[in-house]
Order: sequence, then structure tokens, then C-alpha cells
Amino acid sequence: MKNRLLWPLLALVALLLLNLAVTPSFFALRMQDGHLYGGLVDVLKNGAPTLLIALGMTLVIATRGIDLSVGAVAAIAGAVTCVHIGTSGSAATAFAGMALALVLCAVLGLWNGFLVAGLGIQPIIATLVLMTAGRGVAMLVTEGQIVTVNNTAYRQVGAGFVVLPVSILIALLVLGLVAFATRRTALGMLIEAVGVNPEASRLAGVRSRTIIWTVYVFAAVCAGIAGLMISSNVSAADANNAGLWIEMDAILAVVIGGTSLAGGRYSLTGTLIGALIIQTLTTTVYTIGVAPEVTLVFKAIVVIAVCLVQAPKARAALSFRKVAVPS
Amino acid sequence: MTESPPPVVEMRGISLAFPGVKALQDVDFRLFPGEVHALMGENGAGKSTLIKTLTGVHRPDAGQVVLAGEDVAFSSPGEAQHAGISTVYQEVNLCANLTVAENILLGREPRRLGGIDFPAMRRRAAEVLARIGVHIDPASSLSEHPIAVQQLVAIARAIAVDCSVLVLDEPTSSLDAGEVAELFRIMRVLRDEGVAILFVSHFLDQVYEISDRMTVLRNGTLVGEHLTADVDRRSLIAQMIGRDLGTLEAIEDAAEKRRPGGPALVRAEGLGKRGAIEPFDLDIRAGEVVGLAGLLGSGRTELARLLFGADRADSGRLLVDGAPLRLRGPRSAIAAGIAFSSEDRKGEGLVADLSIRDNLVLAMQAARGWTRPLPRRTKDHLVEKYLKALDIRPANPDALVRTLSGGNQQKVLLARWLVTEPRLLILDEPTRGIDIGAKAQIQQLVTTLAAEGTAILFISAELEEVVRIADRIVVLRDRRKIAELDGAVTGVDEVVELIAGGAAPEKVVS
Repeated sequence: MKNRLLWPLLALVALLLLNLAVTPSFFALRMQDGHLYGGLVDVLKNGAPTLLIALGMTLVIATRGIDLSVGAVAAIAGAVTCVHIGTSGSAATAFAGMALALVLCAVLGLWNGFLVAGLGIQPIIATLVLMTAGRGVAMLVTEGQIVTVNNTAYRQVGAGFVVLPVSILIALLVLGLVAFATRRTALGMLIEAVGVNPEASRLAGVRSRTIIWTVYVFAAVCAGIAGLMISSNVSAADANNAGLWIEMDAILAVVIGGTSLAGGRYSLTGTLIGALIIQTLTTTVYTIGVAPEVTLVFKAIVVIAVCLVQAPKARAALSFRKVAVPS
Repeated sequence: MTESPPPVVEMRGISLAFPGVKALQDVDFRLFPGEVHALMGENGAGKSTLIKTLTGVHRPDAGQVVLAGEDVAFSSPGEAQHAGISTVYQEVNLCANLTVAENILLGREPRRLGGIDFPAMRRRAAEVLARIGVHIDPASSLSEHPIAVQQLVAIARAIAVDCSVLVLDEPTSSLDAGEVAELFRIMRVLRDEGVAILFVSHFLDQVYEISDRMTVLRNGTLVGEHLTADVDRRSLIAQMIGRDLGTLEAIEDAAEKRRPGGPALVRAEGLGKRGAIEPFDLDIRAGEVVGLAGLLGSGRTELARLLFGADRADSGRLLVDGAPLRLRGPRSAIAAGIAFSSEDRKGEGLVADLSIRDNLVLAMQAARGWTRPLPRRTKDHLVEKYLKALDIRPANPDALVRTLSGGNQQKVLLARWLVTEPRLLILDEPTRGIDIGAKAQIQQLVTTLAAEGTAILFISAELEEVVRIADRIVVLRDRRKIAELDGAVTGVDEVVELIAGGAAPEKVVS
């Protein structure tokens, strides 16, 4: 377990050190008006939506599934909330809008769960439906416009501070809740059992369907919260671009964190590290001034490197312990 | 067989260690052309490891492998296959979503104009299948066929190339008597063509029937190599386990002493499912061992699955303690105290990537629901108790079930159900593919449980075992219950006759 997280952790540290080398003040933290600022805080703050979505994705992947619709769901959450708030400045309206959005996200999660657990459609296809249709729904909600709001309460979610940025606190809170809900109860073990062998689990009396259903709802709600953060940060809902490709970042974070796409054993800590790597990478691209046209290539190289050092085959090739026996 | 030709395979001083285990220690092994050589030993004795060393899956830490007079060191199964060593492993290793023909010729497809020549491929596959007497459509998808046929396809794949050595690791464990006879016929043909066949099986009858020579392993070391004709069963078993057969005889005595009566714990009335099993009546009383006998495909497993709710019946009803029970799925059966240990350990039984501990408590935890986790201490206590009671090795609760030998996996699966303290325990082939020591332990356990009042439905392809253990034997043929016999007075011959289709009248025990 510890060993499995070693390489991602080293990669994260290496990336952070690279930033430090380029920007000597990168690790510096300063307090201003009771708010904490600094390079590390920025990484956490900007990484919060990815982390949230990756948490949901971790559990979905642990059941052998995948959820491609999270980006679209995030966009819907932002759209619904902003349209509900409209020109209102009241906190009550903001909270009502957010609650409405999250309930709607849960319903969308139920839909995904229905397709996967109820109808037995392959997860990648089932969630592709909502991935494609979801942006359309968000467009319908916003009537094709970028809806801007001016609501202080809503702004707190993505841009507010309680010493630390609120978005970091929310993400950590959800991480803590998930860790508690899966490891202190039997949910984690049952999720893993279903992921490794659904039929054996069913015959052992595990409610496989309910569990699969639950993780899709959870993933959608996580996506919804992330969508609120993204939209709140800019006080606007952009149906086209909010959370665009974030599902890919989330899947990457999960995989870098050592959870296998084949399902089964998962690691929430791994996902946390994975999400931080992804975000640090994005930050690094800006700080070291990688040319915009090669940004994606740079990201790809780092991701490949991290994945390679985790692969048993590549590691065997790199180490010198195992010398071939001559015949 | 004559000693004159030099061995085609000679392995000398093979040692191999896995982390924490010395799997093989200084093992010698010879294989002559034109012989069937049985590799004998308990599970975990190192049979599979030795085979995998020969076929290039593992590299030995020490020792040498000589093939046809030349030193070889295969670094992959592909190289070994290229050198003429074909292997059929214990678990069917084929691609279920490809066609039969594609599976047989995977990696050596006939080609034409840079593409695969599918008509030629189907023809070749059909030829190979015809050679082993299997008549299925080569263009059909492998997953459409039952596991026994898939096994034959695996064998067809192995003999589709010219091989000088054919390794069959437990090829008969999912075959019925007719299919085994057919396989043996093929093996003899290949043997007479000069192929050296390495054969692993837990069925002693089969070993004695087919093999010319045997090598016995115990705990990763060589015990001896004999001509089959030179060693009798008793001494062979003694060599394999270092114990006598007293345990087995004790089981038989226990079965004779039990005479359970009383009302039925579980009663099936006209329970059936179209295409799986015709409606049947069955009573199982507390403390009774009911044996199910029948050929593969006779509806043994299907009957069991209906009782457990794994499949839904479309006729009849099930009564538990005289009250009708609607089975909506395994959960409702488990709630009623019914447990089902599947014959397909890997596919339907264990969760291979989880630990022994998690597998042991899975059923109980599932019954409690996820919100009420078993306290750590209760879990540890249960795990410790069953590791000890069933002699599961390694006795490390954190070991992944995937790494255990077949016999130990079976015990973990059994323990999972024992933890739930079932009233009716359905055991589908609990002793298949496991060694004789573990087998005796499981049979012993069955009699002990019955003596404590658990009702047991015992399914096994080995009639001797069913007859020895069961108080009552239900005989199935062609997906129909055809007879119910008193276990105490029934012999194997009588059951065989019924299964074979002798027009015996329905016979019911009073």
C-alpha cells in the first residue's frame, strides 16, 4: 500500500521542487486580511474541483465502471444554480439554487446508475450518453448564453476564504467523509468485492446493484459540487466550457493514484496525490513558461512517466536486481 | 514403456523460490517420448510450479532444463511452445468472446493476401476438433459453450500444432465420464505417435488408467519416480501426504451411524425452470446429507441454483420449515439460512483480489449491510477460528486469496458460509481439483456439520464420494430427477446404472 504510493508521491515532490527552482517564492505562504495566500494554496484551490470529481470517479472505477458524464454534470450544476439565482443577491436564493442543482445531479447519477446497474449497459457507453446530452441540457438551461450572477453568498463557494479558500475546505471535507464512509463502514470492502467479482459478490448476498447505483449517484453529486465551485469562482455559468475535459483529468488522477481501471482495490490517498499531480502540472506549465502550443505534450510526457514508473514491467526493466539467467 | 530412447525432457536440480515460499527444491524430472507421465502430489506440492518452469512461465533459480538433448532456458510460454511444448492449463485460458476456430488457431492463423483466411481457418479448426471427436461449429463463439466443451477446445488448441511434449494440467476436472474416455483415447493416439504427455489429475482412477510412469512431489521436493505398475494406491497416497487412509474410513463409519428423521427443513414442490431443470420434488431434513449424482449437464448445478435463488424458478414453490419462501435472489435465501458454495470457485465463489479475511466475512457482512461493519475484534476472532478449524494455509488473514492453492481457496469459500451458520449448506463440487488431504478434511467437515444438525446438499462428479458421504442420493439425468436412493444401502454400481440410462423405476426411500 505504502509502496504503491511512493512513486506518485515522488513525482509530486519533484514537480513541486521544479516550481521552487523556477519561482523561489513558490513555497512561501503569507497571511493577508486573514486569508492565506501562496503557490501551494493556489495549487490546492485550483485542484479542488478535479479532486472532488476524482473522488467520485475512484469509487466508480473501483466497481469496474467509469463515468464520462461528470464534466457535463458539473456544467449543468453551474447552469441551474446561476439561472435560479438570476439577478438576486440574497443568500437564501443562492443556497436554494445550489440545493436544487445538487438534487438534480443526484437524479442524473440515478440515471447513470439505472443504465449501468439496471439495464446492464457498459459504463463507458452508458455515461457517454449523458456526457454528450448533458452539455445540451446545460445549454437549454442557460438558453445558450453565458449567465453571469452577482451574489456574494454564491461567490463564497469558489472564491471565498475561511483562512483557507472555501473550495479547499469543501474538497477536504468530502474527502474525509468518503474516507470515513468507506473505511469505517463495510462499504469500501463491498465496493471492492463488487469490482473484483460481481457475480461472486451477488452469490455471497452483496447488493451489487445498489452499490453500483450508489457510486454513480455519489460521483454525480461530487461533479455537481465541483461544478458549483467552477461556476462560483467566475460568478458565471458557461454551458460550453465549464468542466470541459475534467473527466479526463479525474480519470488520470485516479489512475496515477494507483487504482486500476480493471476495478477492485482503490486508494483515496492515491487519488488525492494524483489530483495534486495533475494540478501542479498545470501550474508548472505556467510558471516555467512552457509554450502554449506544447503544453499538452509536456503534460502527456509527465503523465506517461508517472504511469511507467508504476508499471511492474517498466520497473523490472529499470532495476538491475533481476539479472537474466544465462543458459 | 521401454527405457531405451533418451528422455525428451530432462530437468535437473530445479529450485525456485517465491517471496516467502520455496516452491521447488532440487527437483529432478524426466519425460520420455511415447509415454503418459503423471505428476502427482497434493495441492501446493509444486506440480503447477514445475510445469510452469518447464513451459517458460517461471524461470528456475537453479538447475537446468534439457529438451531433446539441448539445454534450454525459455523466457516465455511462446518460446516453449515454439520448441514443441504445448500446454493446457488447469483453468481454461481462452478468449471467451472469440470464435472456437479463432481460439484454436490464435497466433497461427492461416493467411492469404496479408489477411486471415477465415474459411481455411474454420476448416483447420474443424479438422482438429474432429480428431478429438468434438462436433461443434468452429464459427460459434466460445462463450456459447459449456465449460467442458471449452476445455476440449483448449486441448484442441494444444494439439493443433506439432508438439513433442503435451502438458495437461488437470484436463479432466470439468469433464464427465464419457468425455474423459474420449480424452484418454486421444491421449493414447498421441502417445503412440511418440508424443510425451505430462498429465496432472487428482483422480487416482484416471491416473492408474492412463499413465505409464509417475513422479511424486511433496512440499516442493521430489519423493520418487515410479512405473505406474510398480506402485499401488495406498503407497502412492502415503507418499503424497505422508499419512494413511484412516481418516477416509472414519468418514464412512460416521455416515452409517447417522439416521436423521423429522420434518423437512427445506422442501421443493414441483420446483423447476425451463431449459435448466424439470420440476422436481425434494425434501432435505436437518442433519441430513443429501447427495446429488448425475453427469455433467444433468442439471445438478441448476437444481442447486434454484434452491439458492441464484436463478429464478418458473414453476413450483420452495418451503422452509413448512412455510413457503419466495426467493427473489441469493439474499433472501441467505436470510432463510441457505448457503451455496459454487463449483466455479474462481468465477462465482471467491473475490480473488481481496484478502482471506475479507473473503471470509463477505457473506456475513453482506447480510448485515454496509452500515453495520463487523467489529474488528469479531472479525479477527472469526478469521482465526476458521483458519485453524479448516487448516487454511497460509494462516495469514491478509494474504490475497488469489495466491492460495485450489484446496485452500475451497476452504476459504466454505469458511465464508460457515461463518453465517447456515441451516442448509449446498456444496457444489467442493472437492473438485483439490488434493486428497484437503478432500478428506472437507468430507470430514461435512459429516461433522451434519452431526451438528446442518442439512447438506452435496454435489460431486465422483460417485464414490457421493455414495460414501450421503444419507440419501438423488439421481439426475438429462435435467430430470429420476430416482432417490438410500445412501446406506446403495452402491456405486447401482447409481451408475441409473445415470447410464437403465430403465430403473422411480425408487423412493421411506
